[in-house]
Amino acid sequence: MEQSTSPKFKQNAHHALHDASLQRALGRLKTGFKDKRLAAIADMPEFEQLRDTARDIKNHTLANLDHYLTAFEANVIANGGHVHWCADAEEARQTVLKICQDKKAKSVLKGKSMISEEIGLNAFLEKQDLKVVETDLGEYIIQLRNEPPSHIIAPAIHVHKEQVADSFRQTHKGRDINRPLDEPRDLLDEAREVMREHFFAADVGITGANFLIAETGTSVIVTNEGNGDLTQTLSKVHIAIASLEKVVPTLEDASSILRVLARSATGQEMSSYTTFSTGPKRDGDLDGPEDYHVILLDNGRSNMLGTEFQEMLRCIRCAACMNHCPVYGAVGGHAYGWVYPGPMGSVLTPSLIGVDEAGHLPNASTFCGKCEEVCPMRIPLPKMMRHWREREFEKHLGPQSMRFGIRLWAWFASRPALYGKATGLAARILKSIGGRKQKIGKLPLASGWTDIRDLPAPQGKTFKQLWAEQQAAKKA
Amino acid sequence: MSFAPSSASSASSPSSKPRVGLFVTCLVDMFRPTVGFSAVKLLEEAGCVVDVPMEQVCCGQPAFNSGDLESARKVARPLIAMFENHDYVVAPSGSCAGMMIKHFPELFANDLELAEPVRALAGKTWELVSFLTDVMKLDGVAAAFEGSITYHDSCSGLRELKVKEQPRKLLRSVKGLEIRELQEPETCCGFGGTFCVKYPEISGKMVGDKTTDIKNSGADMLVAGDMGCLLNMAGKLRREGSDMEVRHVAEVLADMTMAAPGIAGSEKG
Amino acid sequence: MNQSSSSSRNAILGRIRKNLGRGSGPRDAPAEVVARLANPPRNIMPARAQIDHDAQLDLFVSMAKGVAASVTRLENMDGVPAEISRYLAEHNQPAVVRLAPDAAITGLDWAKTTLEISSGVAGPHDMVSVTSAFAGVAETGSLMLRSGPDQPYTLNMLPDTHIVVVKTSQVVGTYEEVWSLQRQDQGRGTMPRTFLWVTGPSRTGDIEQTIQLGAHGPRRLHIVLVNDET
Repeated sequence: MEQSTSPKFKQNAHHALHDASLQRALGRLKTGFKDKRLAAIADMPEFEQLRDTARDIKNHTLANLDHYLTAFEANVIANGGHVHWCADAEEARQTVLKICQDKKAKSVLKGKSMISEEIGLNAFLEKQDLKVVETDLGEYIIQLRNEPPSHIIAPAIHVHKEQVADSFRQTHKGRDINRPLDEPRDLLDEAREVMREHFFAADVGITGANFLIAETGTSVIVTNEGNGDLTQTLSKVHIAIASLEKVVPTLEDASSILRVLARSATGQEMSSYTTFSTGPKRDGDLDGPEDYHVILLDNGRSNMLGTEFQEMLRCIRCAACMNHCPVYGAVGGHAYGWVYPGPMGSVLTPSLIGVDEAGHLPNASTFCGKCEEVCPMRIPLPKMMRHWREREFEKHLGPQSMRFGIRLWAWFASRPALYGKATGLAARILKSIGGRKQKIGKLPLASGWTDIRDLPAPQGKTFKQLWAEQQAAKKA
Repeated sequence: MSFAPSSASSASSPSSKPRVGLFVTCLVDMFRPTVGFSAVKLLEEAGCVVDVPMEQVCCGQPAFNSGDLESARKVARPLIAMFENHDYVVAPSGSCAGMMIKHFPELFANDLELAEPVRALAGKTWELVSFLTDVMKLDGVAAAFEGSITYHDSCSGLRELKVKEQPRKLLRSVKGLEIRELQEPETCCGFGGTFCVKYPEISGKMVGDKTTDIKNSGADMLVAGDMGCLLNMAGKLRREGSDMEVRHVAEVLADMTMAAPGIAGSEKG
Repeated sequence: MNQSSSSSRNAILGRIRKNLGRGSGPRDAPAEVVARLANPPRNIMPARAQIDHDAQLDLFVSMAKGVAASVTRLENMDGVPAEISRYLAEHNQPAVVRLAPDAAITGLDWAKTTLEISSGVAGPHDMVSVTSAFAGVAETGSLMLRSGPDQPYTLNMLPDTHIVVVKTSQVVGTYEEVWSLQRQDQGRGTMPRTFLWVTGPSRTGDIEQTIQLGAHGPRRLHIVLVNDET
């Protein structure tokens, strides 16, 4: 997915706010994610210490990233696997294609992978006449609908079950057209049946990776459905695609971070399947892939090191920030216009596709701080969104009117006497406009405020005027 | 009134009373002087000597959050010297206090001359209600309000300064007052400074969810600790035809609810 | 590694080193990196699992049940075939079972039951599998399953019903203890092709956030916890 619609964030948001079915889906975030996270954390008294530990592990890893990546690489090779360093999306796509071509592959199965979304892998492989099937139920649903994911762990969160049924009836031919597909169970059973046929026919299985473990050359996926396991076990070739900041030093370090991952994401203590994969199948193994490849993708991340955005590389993609974000909760994931929505996307996306393209994202935040409060890796997301606003301001990227407004305001605000006169006058005028009702329904140049809400009228004099009068009266 | 100011610092004050510089905030100054006078009353009754430097304007937050650090420094810098001789600086706003406490050190991090004075300012600055409870050790106030209120936790105060229990503790001491909690008291109201005019539709959805929660609480009055959030919520309530009374927490605690109508009118309560 | 990957490798590592502020050339790993990889520190472990062994067994059982697994405790391995027979009858499942080619499982007296047994990898029509665990973790009721010649991986994922035999001596408190056992057993830095943690049966919430069991993996997970301690 290379083309973004992030510059149209406002229009996207407008549509999202008027999409009743999306709004219904977003209404489920509270019971679906937030309440469960709270309950899981209540059962883990060490949760805050675990967050500190998780943060420290990643900080240590990032500070020694070259060493841990080369150790990881050496251990993958020692176990009979291959590592491919890819500087950008195009190199990663070409590398995957070459592996498929070398195996004369016709079909590719995919476990859920945000990196493959980032590099637009599906569309690319399909153009090369490969059949690509997403195996995660949510990813499968949006693949049928020809949509990008709207959430990083629940990609089809915006889709309701009637829409899923429609897609299934259109796609799954040769079945009774009147079969019942009313309940989530019916839909799941049909998807399970259809997917089984795909699993047994696949040549190449592609998964993402939640962690890469330097100590052992292992890639780890964290899943609930089991599709990732079948994808990587039944195919002849397993390709794990990971961005380079996924590496952690040891099995113990991965375990520590796993303790905060599922709890923050879905409120589970641990996901159903945590799968540590190392190399291809071994001598004597009766199943498993013949080849094991790891695609190590940079795509802009190495240039985040040493900048004010380095801490973003601690992100473990749990989605707690978007689950709790009131802006995400209002507009959903598609409005953000690229792969990563919500607060983590508002910081990461400008790093990957440029702040000139994604400038809206770090601005569309009230800085309420909820994302940082729930981030298991203690990433200071609001602070980094502010840093993006600083970069925008330096580059003159924001709207000129806003820039002019801020500068004009600052000019007044650094001249107390003049400012006092101006606000005193404004308070008096606004009070008289407000009249008896003490509120203003419409005001020139303030439609951003008054389109949505009334403006409460000031009381008539400023505090400083009244205070000065009171002090003078006391002296008199 | 039950207060015990004896433990408070009073280093540079000739009397034993701590000398507090009131940072009134630009929104209170222009829109709601009653809040400023309520703050003065609360501070004086708690045993402080209150001073209001007349050159004060704004903490610079609008520019800071817009990425214009140069303007933010220009607006913020005068405050550093202005409050140099006060024991404490108190603001009736978690947002502005949070700016001075958490973000001034960052804003002036590269200014060798100002680093130390800024650190000192940040160290003695407080949000009003938490200052009353945590520094002046106030357990209650002598106010009365017959009716129920609901309380919105403004984000900066809540998350930057951990203001959560303090206002509830003092509100519970108000005679006749009942607190009816919101379903989601900690969810942002959608104000967000310039956010509310840059993204009015999203802000509108957020404040709409908030006012629904507020109305469902069945309370007589909405109370919060930050003028920005209050203007946003009061404006939305009025637009929706609700005449629910809206007030800053300082007005209720200072027993000033009879002194002026609530924000955006409505004299019920 | 092909040529382009090699040049990208050098470019990426060079950028990392430069941006971390220590020159672009390679450098030996610092002592703390070497030490961490050689002797992985255990970090913080939850107190809930640092309890005596009997309590760990109880915790393992209750946590596993909490994630929708079922658990039966047996006094010895001899009872395993009858227990599996009972479980399948109770859940109205076919009495046809695919066993892991593990002597500890295949060597049991299956003739005493009416179950139809075979062993090897799982195929599309296998409805029930029986495998043995490497360990159980009390902290979250998780099973630790290693792939290998005697534990084909497909048995864990393809059948509708997955039955796992774990011995009481294999149940430990935390994941960290499992990694120590793994290093003792196969050597430092060595892992099987797949090391799988299973915490409950397969599930999904991808349709309207309604949690449903049995997405693409097993619909049912049954744990037979066998006492092998005195």
